[in-house]
Amino acid sequence: MARYGMVIDTTRCVGCMDCVVACKTENGVPDGYCRDWISEEARGTYPTVQLELRSERCNHCDRPPCVACCPTGASHVEEELGRIVLVAHDLCIGCKACLSSCPYDARFIHPEGYADKCTFCAHRVRKGLEPACVAVCPTRCMHFGDLDDPHSEVAQLLESRRHHALLAEAGTSPSIFYLT
Amino acid sequence: MADITELTVHRLNPMVDPGLHVWGWEIPVYLFLGGLVAGLMILTGVFLLRRRQARPRASWSLLSGLGIALLSLGMLALFLDLEHKAYVWRLYTTFQITSPMSWGAWILLLVYPALLASFLLRVPAALRRLFPVLQRASGWLRGRPGLVRWVAMLDVVFGTLLGIYTGILLSSLGARPLWNSALLGPLFLVSGLSSAAAFAHLVSRDHEESTLLVRADNGFLAAELVLFVLFFVGLLSATQVHIQAARLLLGGPFTAVFWVFVVGVGIVLPLALQLLAVRRRIAHTALAPVLVIAGGLALRFVLVYAGQMSHWR
Amino acid sequence: MTTLSRRRFLQISTGAAGLAAAGCFAGPQLPEWLGPAAAADEIRTTPTYCDVCFWKCGAIATTRNGRLWKIEGNPRDPLSRGRLCPRGTGGVGAHFDRTRLTAPLIRRQNRGAEEWAEVTWGEALDHIARKMQAIKERYGPESMALFSHGIGANFLKHTFHAFGTPNLTAPSYAQCRGPRDAGFTLTFGEEVGTPERTDIRNARCLVLIGSHLGENMHNSQVQDFAEAVGSGASIIVVDPRFSVAASKAHWYLPIKPGTDIALLLAWMNVLVTEGLYDKEYVESHGFGFEAFAAEIAPWTPEWAYPATGIEPETIRATAREMASHRPATLVHPGRHATWYGDDSQRSRAVALLNALLGSWGRKGGFYAPASVDIPAYPYPPYPTPARGKVDNPEHRYPFADGTLTTGIRAATLTGEPYPIKGWMVYATNLIHALPAPEETIRAIQNLDLLVVVDVIPSEIAGWADVVLPEAVYLERWDDLNTEAFREPFVSLRQPVVESPGDQKPNWWIARELALRLGLGAWYPWKTVEEYLDHRLKAAGYSLAEIREKGVITGPPQPLYFEEGVPAEFPTPSGKIEFWSPQLAQAGFDPVPRFKAPEEPPPGAFRLLFGRSPVHTFSRTQTNPVLASVQDENEVWVNADVARRQGWEDGATVRLRNQDGVVSNRVKVKATERIRPDCVYMVHGFGHTAKGLPPAFRKGASDSLLVTRYAIDPLMGGTGMNINFVTLEAEA
Ligand SMILES: Nc1nc2c(c(=O)[nH]1)N[C@H]1C(S)=C(S)[C@@H](COP(=O)(O)OP(=O)(O)OC[C@H]3O[C@@H](n4cnc5c(=O)[nH]c(N)nc54)[C@H](O)[C@@H]3O)O[C@H]1N2
Ligand SMILES: Nc1nc2c(c(=O)[nH]1)N[C@H]1C(S)=C(S)[C@@H](COP(=O)(O)OP(=O)(O)OC[C@H]3O[C@@H](n4cnc5c(=O)[nH]c(N)nc54)[C@H](O)[C@@H]3O)O[C@H]1N2
Ligand code: SF4
Ligand code: SF4
Ligand code: SF4
Ligand code: SF4
Ligand code: SF4
Ligand SMILES: [Mo]
Repeated sequence: MARYGMVIDTTRCVGCMDCVVACKTENGVPDGYCRDWISEEARGTYPTVQLELRSERCNHCDRPPCVACCPTGASHVEEELGRIVLVAHDLCIGCKACLSSCPYDARFIHPEGYADKCTFCAHRVRKGLEPACVAVCPTRCMHFGDLDDPHSEVAQLLESRRHHALLAEAGTSPSIFYLT
Repeated sequence: MADITELTVHRLNPMVDPGLHVWGWEIPVYLFLGGLVAGLMILTGVFLLRRRQARPRASWSLLSGLGIALLSLGMLALFLDLEHKAYVWRLYTTFQITSPMSWGAWILLLVYPALLASFLLRVPAALRRLFPVLQRASGWLRGRPGLVRWVAMLDVVFGTLLGIYTGILLSSLGARPLWNSALLGPLFLVSGLSSAAAFAHLVSRDHEESTLLVRADNGFLAAELVLFVLFFVGLLSATQVHIQAARLLLGGPFTAVFWVFVVGVGIVLPLALQLLAVRRRIAHTALAPVLVIAGGLALRFVLVYAGQMSHWR
Repeated sequence: MTTLSRRRFLQISTGAAGLAAAGCFAGPQLPEWLGPAAAADEIRTTPTYCDVCFWKCGAIATTRNGRLWKIEGNPRDPLSRGRLCPRGTGGVGAHFDRTRLTAPLIRRQNRGAEEWAEVTWGEALDHIARKMQAIKERYGPESMALFSHGIGANFLKHTFHAFGTPNLTAPSYAQCRGPRDAGFTLTFGEEVGTPERTDIRNARCLVLIGSHLGENMHNSQVQDFAEAVGSGASIIVVDPRFSVAASKAHWYLPIKPGTDIALLLAWMNVLVTEGLYDKEYVESHGFGFEAFAAEIAPWTPEWAYPATGIEPETIRATAREMASHRPATLVHPGRHATWYGDDSQRSRAVALLNALLGSWGRKGGFYAPASVDIPAYPYPPYPTPARGKVDNPEHRYPFADGTLTTGIRAATLTGEPYPIKGWMVYATNLIHALPAPEETIRAIQNLDLLVVVDVIPSEIAGWADVVLPEAVYLERWDDLNTEAFREPFVSLRQPVVESPGDQKPNWWIARELALRLGLGAWYPWKTVEEYLDHRLKAAGYSLAEIREKGVITGPPQPLYFEEGVPAEFPTPSGKIEFWSPQLAQAGFDPVPRFKAPEEPPPGAFRLLFGRSPVHTFSRTQTNPVLASVQDENEVWVNADVARRQGWEDGATVRLRNQDGVVSNRVKVKATERIRPDCVYMVHGFGHTAKGLPPAFRKGASDSLLVTRYAIDPLMGGTGMNINFVTLEAEA
């Protein structure tokens, strides 16, 4: 069974936020909210500095606490679509348990009242397109695909390159990996 | 790599950044009232099992009635917190076994009948006159001691479930290290019981019962202190993030409120007063129980607010 | 900002100000969002090219149910290779911008009061034509000047040439690329041009001096930079600030601002003394090499060390690194070169270093760009102006081959060599773009006519007598883009959506104005489609075809000498001029020399500035999409300095420059990513125009603090990195 995920090459990413802007227009994310964002992690002291730039979003965890805690089943795993984690708006009561349950603070309450977050552009993926943020990235540092398929580009990259996931210790088994 | 000197997160979502603050006053109030009612039910159940119905001036008969009212207030607070109110009914079109909140929704449905039944055992005169049917039902029920025992036991069981649930609700949210403690359930249950005892003490007009309640309450308060110690030992002996989280209450932004209002004014002071009162050093007053109840409320506020602030990053 | 500990602090962007702080609250609400697409939606796509900056990437715009939805790269386009930069992606916001001008305005109050009366296009254009004729009669047509930036100005330029003035200018010369192209032309006889002919993609060693690719988002350059990084090219970054590019570099040289010439001389010294340079190349193409070698003999790494702060060993190691990859070693010429006033000489030093590495005309160095040949529209010849250009009297700046904005401004102020009485300003916000804004404002007082064509009530529009609202690029036709690039191509801009108000496209404005000026002979065509179709047909293409494709590419051309590009150098000697007779004759250093820059006074910092990846100059701060990602800038201060001065990260300060000019409030970014002797800001923020509420006083403007500038004696460029500021904490 497919497990969709992302592999993002931090050595190429320039933190330009094109992925953030593309998400806003593609998905009509309301002004004042974002489904993806950039983190800058600088270490060291000038002039010996290392900088990691990361494009972050919902990690579509394989053990998603946001799904476990949802009292209505609104937050669910889309089994036949690479186990993407989605929210069914018309099941959501806006209790915000899922917001509290996410170690990545990836969710927010949409102005219309339901919990919202990155959908991995399910509407595009269904059509065989890449997510908008992946398709726009000018440095081509983002890769989307089936982590469970050993022949997929993402699996190959994880095979061949040094990588880490965010807050792996939080135990949610995130599906986004960062090459370093 | 050298340790981080700067972490800049270019995200600013309402209620999420700079620190999570999705829950305001509603949830603490709901958790408090839920715990209080849980305590009231257990007390009622125990009184009934101990066949205290006979005592005319005893508080038990009032508790379940008030319980219904308080619980309804709590549910109202919970409802007010919902962001997608029109869809609230979705809670009852499904049961999500992994979701404490789903459990809670259904438990509340079970709690009401139990409360109602024990309420029926002695319906206030005014209501009886208004609805003769209550009179008849009440009579029918009281004529069946076996059934009354069942009601009493349901009170105890559902009360306990409800009390623990209010704690589990938080402790199940693994992303908030401060809440990652199995002791949160017991803690909220005991705190609920002590608030309930204090509450009953306030309404009781039966001297022997009050002393009984005060003794019980002292026990609960003492237990609470012990649970707190264990709670912190647990966090401090866990991972770095849990230690960071504990620091919110030990030398962090919430330290003052926690120690002054929750522990000092809410537990230690009333405990002292009531110990003296029990030893007849001072007279019983409403002060101690009021402090206990306020402390119970403060506990929910501090834990809900500080807990949201705690994070893994 | 929550400080968890001194070593590790967490800045969520409220604290970090800057990015997303906006986003998340301030800024205009977008017009009701479309939300994700529904199956029933009617989707239409229209190819066009982007105008959020001047790179002109081919794009495909999508409307949903007739409303603009999104813009993506056109896969056919060699510039974008199917991917836009964040500004291009956010271009939809230009259409939705709530601050847009909707009707022509004529000034009611005194200049700068921003008090207007709405008028019809007819009234506005009649008024302008009357004034222009009056100026022509009284002072001659040369007394009208056109300031513009971007391809949208083509038709206005045409009208102004027909009107008979030579005084057409853009800030992209004297405030940007001028010195670089002068330095390269003096050396190779050709300029780098735009899009830069840099073969970054194939470079095995890439040297960036300033050039902050990744923040500077010129699309193709950034994409190629990523390719170079990805393919493991050796990257050397020289910058007083630890830029994004620096974070990708194997060698980061934290140079002292203004001392690059010393570093460049020392590098060349190493290459020559260690015999690491490309001998055959220099042998066959070089002129005056011996004299050059003798000149640079004293400039050893040890000599450069105290000036630049770069250890001799690092200089040697990096020089050897460059040599080891030549000729595929590209020392990037940069683009915004107007730093210190010695900029053409610095650019010449960069050119000479590339010459030593043999990278000009070679793979991984500088390729030979090509363009499809589309004949210009056959207009009648323009009248020859009675007087020459006003900007550079008796060739004070002998190597200026562009027109100097600041020269025209000076003439407007002094009336010498002859008076300038009217300015038309198209798509350039002169208040932000030119140094010493106060001089610009004084010059404006000498004008009989100031017309500003803009899309929003910008700062410069605030000073205008007449403001003309233009349709944004997504709502109009424009001229064909045939810029020379690695593959020849032609691309089309065509309307995607209607204008929301009474805005008009530049071609219509230019034509209507020309007709009123009696210049109808120069407008034989009625609609721009006619014009475009005529030009395309003449080249064997058709408007229909390009409307459908957006971009048409020509046959690939040879890019390098090794592919058959003739190794020609159109200098006087016909060779690469290591020692420049031209410069010697004009009384300048024939080989660049280093002069130490003035030190900041104690307690003051040199003010540096650059780009945000999500904004273009001062033109995008009211774009609701881009503003929702970043709505203010920050001032970067070295973390240690900030700590000692007690400036908390995220604290609010004002900047005061050497001339007592005080900036707007701006948040401090206390960071390990900059030298202690300078501070840094993103250019374009701190708007002061009343009509721009979402951007009004958000962040601080570097332009207002650039009251001093050093004029490049070779070509008249304005070095702007010579201003010093102190920080004043705000309550
Ligand atoms: N997103 C975005 N991209 C753009 C633009 C935009 O508006 N927005 N504008 C485009 C245009 S027209 C231009 S001209 C370019 C400009 O972009 P560049 O050509 O890259 O401009 P620079 O001035 O070289 O870049 C500023 C960098 O130079 C560093 N610097 C400052 N002083 C010195 C010094 O003395 N020595 C050295 N070695 N470095 C120094 C600064 O720290 C900063 O990192 O950007 C283009 N790309
Ligand atoms: N202090 C300082 N000065 C600088 C620079 C710097 O970094 N710092 N950078 C320099 C460089 S490299 C350059 S290239 C120049 C750039 O200088 P400019 O090209 O003047 O850049 P902007 O400030 O963006 O001004 C663009 C103006 O055009 C308007 N505009 C936008 N779209 C349209 C349109 O479709 N039609 C019309 N009619 N108007 C439009 C915008 O509203 C804005 O008023 O600035 C130079 N000056
Ligand atoms: S678009 Fe690509 S390069 Fe830009 S920030 Fe996102 S991931 Fe990084
Ligand atoms: S990142 Fe958060 S929201 Fe996304 S799946 Fe994991 S827990 Fe759920
Ligand atoms: S907010 Fe909605 S999605 Fe999240 S837990 Fe509650 S009901 Fe489920
Ligand atoms: S995958 Fe789609 S929804 Fe998720 S961040 Fe990228 S663009 Fe946004
Ligand atoms: S570089 Fe970006 S802003 Fe400039 S034209 Fe290309 S896409 Fe548009
Ligand atoms: Mo520029």
